[in-house]
Amino acid sequence: MPEVKRKYVIPGELITEGNYRIIANVIKRGNKFYSTRIGLAEYGQEGVKVIPLTGPYVPKVDDLVIGKIVDYSAFAWEVDINSCFMAYLPARNVYGKNFTPGQESLVKRFNIGDLIAAVVTAFDRTRDPILSVAGPGLGKISKGEVVKISPTKVPRLIGKKGSMIRTIESGTGCKLMIGQNGIVVLSGKPEGIIKAVKAIRLVEEEAHLADLTQKVQAMLGIKEEGGKEGDG
Amino acid sequence: MGKLINNGIRLDGRRVDELRPYKLEVGVLKNADGSAYIELGKNKIIVAVYGPKEVHPKHIALPDRCVIRCRYHMSPFSTDVRKTPAPSRREIEISKVIREALEPTILVEEYPRTAIDIFLEVLQSDGGSRCAGITAAALALADAGISMCDLVVACAAGKVDGTMVLDLSDIEDKEGEADMPVAVMPNLGIITLLQLDGILTHEEFKQGIDLALEGCRRLHEAQRKALMDRYFKTAPNQEVE
Repeated sequence: MPEVKRKYVIPGELITEGNYRIIANVIKRGNKFYSTRIGLAEYGQEGVKVIPLTGPYVPKVDDLVIGKIVDYSAFAWEVDINSCFMAYLPARNVYGKNFTPGQESLVKRFNIGDLIAAVVTAFDRTRDPILSVAGPGLGKISKGEVVKISPTKVPRLIGKKGSMIRTIESGTGCKLMIGQNGIVVLSGKPEGIIKAVKAIRLVEEEAHLADLTQKVQAMLGIKEEGGKEGDG
Repeated sequence: MGKLINNGIRLDGRRVDELRPYKLEVGVLKNADGSAYIELGKNKIIVAVYGPKEVHPKHIALPDRCVIRCRYHMSPFSTDVRKTPAPSRREIEISKVIREALEPTILVEEYPRTAIDIFLEVLQSDGGSRCAGITAAALALADAGISMCDLVVACAAGKVDGTMVLDLSDIEDKEGEADMPVAVMPNLGIITLLQLDGILTHEEFKQGIDLALEGCRRLHEAQRKALMDRYFKTAPNQEVE
């Protein structure tokens, strides 16, 4: 097992010296590595990175996001995805390649204010993110409870191979849909939702600590199942 | 006018190389993406950071980096006589120098076509509010999770009664001979703001820079502690295995 060292850091703090590969949120000056964010620095054989604890959502291709329709034109919807960029959902990504503007009315599919689940199909520095709703479980979200968390804490809420989601889902009987942009949609019975929201807030507050899955299990009153799966 | 320094003790009881009492806090505003509060002597300044976000009006957006907008503002009740809330010439200038002091630390290329807004609101003013503002603004930027290569910390040095002193208060600033605010990126050792109001000899200037850098070092400790308290309070210890 390669050894990974961890450290809590703030911007400008020296993480380590030597010869490492930069993975994320690190700058190199000479042979010294400095953090650019507040978070948990990890360095080892693989390289140096900082897992940030706060920050905006920057879209990535293939991310599942949950967004709100804010506007539409003859060709596309404009979607607020809780980021510094407005996302576009082109009508041809919904109706197919043969879409001709004028024939279909976009409002019939998604109206302003609707919540949708979508994936980012294209994004780079020069263009705004493009969305698609093709895929299982994507499209309009008609019911559920919306909870916003910090986008940097989404990986912790999902857990290693989805362990945290599974824990919360089995403990509360709710279904969770987690957008990489920090928007979570819960559906299920009201009692379950209240419990799940509490669990999500716990994960958000203690995202930088170890043994989170166990803590959430204890909170939801689940006995450890099927051996240890601990997620660091 | 009496003397401002008597036997090495200043009017407010400080030694020449002593900072005023300070307090720093991070994450004080819920609606902002990042925020910080600083008290330095009688200064009370609150800083809010919004962004990165879409730029309006769109034509000021830059294709390869973000724009940084900064507003330093003194509230009408921050002084002993009411100050008009309209931005004065002085406030516009300070907004610009603060922006330029913070800009080198922000990795602007990471956020193309966006804007970052920094609002500094002086609730109570004393000498050296631009320095206190910069120190707090760096914390607010870090709190907003904006990538930056270092924090920025600022502190003034100056000449009062012929002696070089650290961290001038309002009266020392007005009655003294020189005032020199310095902002620095503490880990990289890069100076991002250097102003000088008054006349210093070469020797005095060097002494002033050394004093200011030492003050910045102490304030940086406080910055670090404020961030650690906000984010890692529940953490068991610094090193995690």
